[in-house]
Amino acid sequence: MPLVSTPPEDELKRLYTLLTTVRQLDLAAVRWQRQGVIPGYAPMLGQEAAQVGSGCAVDPSRDFVFPTYREMGVAKALGVDMVEYMSTHKATWHGGLYNPAQTHLAPIQAVVAGSVLHAVGWAQGQVIKHADTNPGPDGFNIALTYFGDGASSQGDVHEAMNFAAIMKSPVIFFVQNNGWAISVPTDRQVAGGSVAARAAGYGMPAEQVDGNDVVAVLEATRRAVAHARAGNGPMLIEAMTYRLGPHSTSDDPGRYRTLAEEQSAQNADPLQRCERVLRERFGVTDHFFQAALADAEAEAEQVRAGVVALGPRPGHEMFEFVFQEMTPALAAQAASWREESEHA
Amino acid sequence: MLDATTLNPAQERGATVELSMQAALNLALAETLDEDPKALIFGEDVGRLGGVFRVTDGLQERFGATRVFDTPLAESGILGMSVGLAMAGFHPIPEVQFDGFAYPAVNQIICQIGRMNYRSRGTLPMPITLRVPSFGGIRAPEHHGESLEAMFAHVPGLKVVSPSDPQQAYHLLKYAAQRPDPVIFMEPKSRYWQKAQVNLHDGGTPEGARVARPGRHLTLIAWGAMVSRCLQVAELAEEDGIDVEVLDLRWLKPIDAEGLAASVAKTRRAVVVHEGPRTSGLGAEVAALVTEECFNTLKAPVERVTGFDVPYPSGDLEDEYLPGIDRILFGIQRVLEHRRG
Ligand SMILES: Cc1ncc(C[n+]2csc(CCOP(=O)(O)OP(=O)(O)O)c2C)c(N)n1
Ligand SMILES: [Mg+2]
Repeated sequence: MPLVSTPPEDELKRLYTLLTTVRQLDLAAVRWQRQGVIPGYAPMLGQEAAQVGSGCAVDPSRDFVFPTYREMGVAKALGVDMVEYMSTHKATWHGGLYNPAQTHLAPIQAVVAGSVLHAVGWAQGQVIKHADTNPGPDGFNIALTYFGDGASSQGDVHEAMNFAAIMKSPVIFFVQNNGWAISVPTDRQVAGGSVAARAAGYGMPAEQVDGNDVVAVLEATRRAVAHARAGNGPMLIEAMTYRLGPHSTSDDPGRYRTLAEEQSAQNADPLQRCERVLRERFGVTDHFFQAALADAEAEAEQVRAGVVALGPRPGHEMFEFVFQEMTPALAAQAASWREESEHA
Repeated sequence: MLDATTLNPAQERGATVELSMQAALNLALAETLDEDPKALIFGEDVGRLGGVFRVTDGLQERFGATRVFDTPLAESGILGMSVGLAMAGFHPIPEVQFDGFAYPAVNQIICQIGRMNYRSRGTLPMPITLRVPSFGGIRAPEHHGESLEAMFAHVPGLKVVSPSDPQQAYHLLKYAAQRPDPVIFMEPKSRYWQKAQVNLHDGGTPEGARVARPGRHLTLIAWGAMVSRCLQVAELAEEDGIDVEVLDLRWLKPIDAEGLAASVAKTRRAVVVHEGPRTSGLGAEVAALVTEECFNTLKAPVERVTGFDVPYPSGDLEDEYLPGIDRILFGIQRVLEHRRG
């Protein structure tokens, strides 16, 4: 299948390079887990186009992105430091060590659907700050929130969509429908045919896109961004893709799906699709692809070295970040922790 | 999956079988489904997958997808539906996948499950056993290492229990699933895979606390995964001539005040150990009960060795947070060295 439309060669090459980078990083992270470098990881194999395409459609200098636990490709597209991102999987710090206030990527969220309402609040905050329902020539800053087909079952997602639609908040609900929520397939999860179909009930536009087509995802997300920036309220995108890997490094998909099914999904590999267009449409040759792969492998190696070098955070940080204003009881606990660990 | 027919035929009354806690729980659930046609098991990934910890492994295959089923991913939905199923005469045994994911369901658990019997003047009992893989110690992502006992014990209308080993797990789960009241069943996930001998026919009394190790000099009070750690501590203390009694509290609501008093009346010193944060943790309730029951015999204030008032940390800091052997030994030292002023 060709990509939905063809952007200029340079842009497509840039997208391909990003796809390759996150693919190699993702494969590498699974290896690190096997090697004992990190205790666990949630692979995004197969979802590169959905993540890179959507992540490239927003402007992290003004917009804000709310990930789940699987959006490594989005983080990379936004320019987040990958060692700081991966630190969550090293069990260094739950939310990751990157600075969310600076990067405009919210902390990694382990609660399914946990961030979706936050995105609505942030987006509505942009409207309130603007002090004018007319967004003006620059438009509103927008929020982009990610969640899965499984997460769409949570009540909070309904609340978020209804709030946003009522208030016309500039937020994009980006669903990666990867076919599975751990062992539960989408047809046992999503009633009514699709998540996109629900948008009509909120009076909100929605697009279902081929999530393995990086250009289709990029363009659909850009349309949604334009829609929200212009003050037209929220929009939903459902990127249809496939979780090619296990749910996480401790999952065994053999218990709930067949190899044949996994193999047929591989035909839609987003990297191969992009590569084909580059070759057929622009005559791009092996040299480019080999170089992209070599660079990606080198970068993954670099990130690995950074992850390996990450030491544990000092224990006093447990106490330091609970509040902005420390309480006496907590300070006393920190003191007794320090004393006991020195004497142990 | 294990079932009674696959057990060694030599498995007779009094004989024991070696099981992990995961297998013991699985067996208890299978027998419950077998013996109670109204029992239902549901939750996220409990059917085809058999649960992320495999506690429901094989149950859907054996009992069918009507009685053992996967729900959509929504904890409030799972617990809210349990209320209606209980009203329809069923005995729901829902699972929330991890402790931290009970939070999205607390509205249904607290406002509905805990109150329906009362609201209905006893006409709508809630025989619901909510299984919650609980506590920390497995270097898991955020929200996979919470200790919810104090929160649930505080709620009128809920009972709370936590097994510490496979024997307790098997018998307590079977007992909980037969109760006419809601029971929060907290499974110590770090202990799922440790094996021990289980006597399937004789579990002793399923109510109250249990002396896991008798001793004379002080009582260590714990539950869930901390019981085995306290047993380890007791062995280390023994090398220094300190004879530690370990009381496995088991029921965190209702707490066995008599059992507590009996132990501490004998040892005259108590240290309570739990993973959850210290402030308003269950250790405070235990300390109050011990003080009420044993004030005149106590030789030292009840000592608490607990988690800190901080969110459960990432794996790298887990050992700094959890009550470790050293911290428990320090607690023991403090109660032994206490002198009344
Ligand atoms: C509130 C909550 N419940 C349960 C879980 C355990 N859990 C983690 S991921 C997951 C499946 C999520 O599926 P989906 O939303 O489709 O996202 P995907 O994993 O496919 O990216 C579950 C059940 C959780 N993290 N949060
Ligand atoms: Mg999914």
